[in-house]
Amino acid sequence: MTNMWTRCNRCRRILYKQDILDNLYVCPECSFHFRISAKKRLFMLFDDGKYELFDEAIFPEDPLNFKDSKTYSNRLKENQNKTSLPDAVLNAIGTMDGISIVVSAMEFSFMGGSMGSVVGEKITRAFEKALSEKVPVIVVSSSGGARMQEGVLSLMQLMKTSAAVARLDEEGIPYISVIVDPTTGGVTASYAMLGDINIAEPDALIGFAGPRVIEQTIKEKLPKGFQRSEFLLSHGMLDDVVDRGYLRSYLIRALRLFLNRHQ
Amino acid sequence: MAKKKDFYQLEKNIIRLKEKIEIFAADETDDAKKKINQIKEKIALEWERIVPILTPLQTVQIARHPQRPYTLDYLEALTEDFMEIHGDRRSADDPAIVAGLGFYRGRSVAFIGHQKGRTTRQRIARNFGQPNPEGYRKALRVMKMAEKFGIPIVTLIDTPGAYPGIWAEEHGQAEAIAYNLREISKLKVPVVNIVIGEGGSGGALAVGVGDAILMLENSFYSVISPEGCAAILWKDQKAVPQAAENLKFLAQDLLELGIIDKIIPEPPGGAHIDYNLTFKNVDKYLNVTLKRLEKMDAEERREQRYQKFRKIGVFTEK
Repeated sequence: MTNMWTRCNRCRRILYKQDILDNLYVCPECSFHFRISAKKRLFMLFDDGKYELFDEAIFPEDPLNFKDSKTYSNRLKENQNKTSLPDAVLNAIGTMDGISIVVSAMEFSFMGGSMGSVVGEKITRAFEKALSEKVPVIVVSSSGGARMQEGVLSLMQLMKTSAAVARLDEEGIPYISVIVDPTTGGVTASYAMLGDINIAEPDALIGFAGPRVIEQTIKEKLPKGFQRSEFLLSHGMLDDVVDRGYLRSYLIRALRLFLNRHQ
Repeated sequence: MAKKKDFYQLEKNIIRLKEKIEIFAADETDDAKKKINQIKEKIALEWERIVPILTPLQTVQIARHPQRPYTLDYLEALTEDFMEIHGDRRSADDPAIVAGLGFYRGRSVAFIGHQKGRTTRQRIARNFGQPNPEGYRKALRVMKMAEKFGIPIVTLIDTPGAYPGIWAEEHGQAEAIAYNLREISKLKVPVVNIVIGEGGSGGALAVGVGDAILMLENSFYSVISPEGCAAILWKDQKAVPQAAENLKFLAQDLLELGIIDKIIPEPPGGAHIDYNLTFKNVDKYLNVTLKRLEKMDAEERREQRYQKFRKIGVFTEK
């Protein structure tokens, strides 16, 4: 197959790549939402696709000298080369419909979007930037959870980021959490579930424990649609499920309502 | 690499020696007393030999030892008039977390702890100390109550992790943990955490953060269990010992990483060897820590709590 064609992960139809691109990486046939990079995400959300990155030069270390089949240092290098990013999140500031805003977008293709010291630090700094600039903040989460290779340092990032959210609450700064496929573990158990509103893209896997772990624990097959966005919505864990095509306009409306800014 | 023995195998020798003491103890002759003292010395020597060379996985086995003191044992030893409080006021009472008020050294303290079961029946009833969302919500309810009355909070951490089940997911396991973390950061009363056994990931963290984290010498506090880590990264349960070594989750590691405040010593071989000595040590460290925190101004304490976690993380900035 040439580069011009691709196959939808869900409906398996062969699709013209440009059609998907024009449709914000959503299958025009079955509306399957392809995973997209943090950069594309930022481009889609900000006015005219323009934004300024901040905290770009924060790089991970290997504080535990972790080694499984590879050393953590090597794994980091591989992922940095693959994604051209230092770690699994980008912090940006810009405007949405003229409203100044901080947006953090996670990069799932960097070690499964796992949260180690760098992700925890950058998410915290995004919240702090929103505090100091007195602007709202959006985090687009996509993560397999806390990064095992940094051990308990990763675990403590859950508290660090959640405590920073508490400060937003005290200062009346809006925080919107956008959860995209897939988000599980430590990120769900911290800032992803702490927005003033938490919304998700359709059919995203969202949960605390991964489905395989649950299946092995309870030794039963999981019900259809379990831990998907619509399931969470019906169980009261999300405020809404929003198609990617409507995401930007949804967020702008929410921001206007939070900030009491009528058109 | 030769497979290291389980801690339980190492301990067998000592258990045999202890049984000998009991046999001699029935006999009250001087000769028997002498023999008993000899055996006691032998036991001490045996521990002196074993303890310094324990592997991380063997320490995990001490932390999970079926005779290890659990939350309710500590509450019985350290508090007077403990009153357990049940339920999250939403949907259920989670037996995997015990919460309530009791007098500790003359003042009211709110205690919250994971509770594992001792017998098979208890273990099942307590869900092996793995909480559901209701457990975390109950814990937070009691914390807020403590705040209302200006009562300090002490949490005892001992869980394999938050329960990975259908009910738990439906009822917002992740949300319950996240919500606790955010709310604990706001509390105006002192919060002391003591890791008494297993500090299993998010399930431990949701009641395992505060102004000071103390860890018993043979406990661990980890982002994932060594078994879980071996399954994901090595895809092989034979790698559990390597995972345990790599994760650096023992008390000494966490002290060096600046995450915990103090290590509470245990009797040689573990807390289960001598309950009273363990309680005495926990009491000593808890008392000092609480006194220090109680002297602080509430706002100053809250700011210090924030900064404590704010600075955790290792990275370089260019």
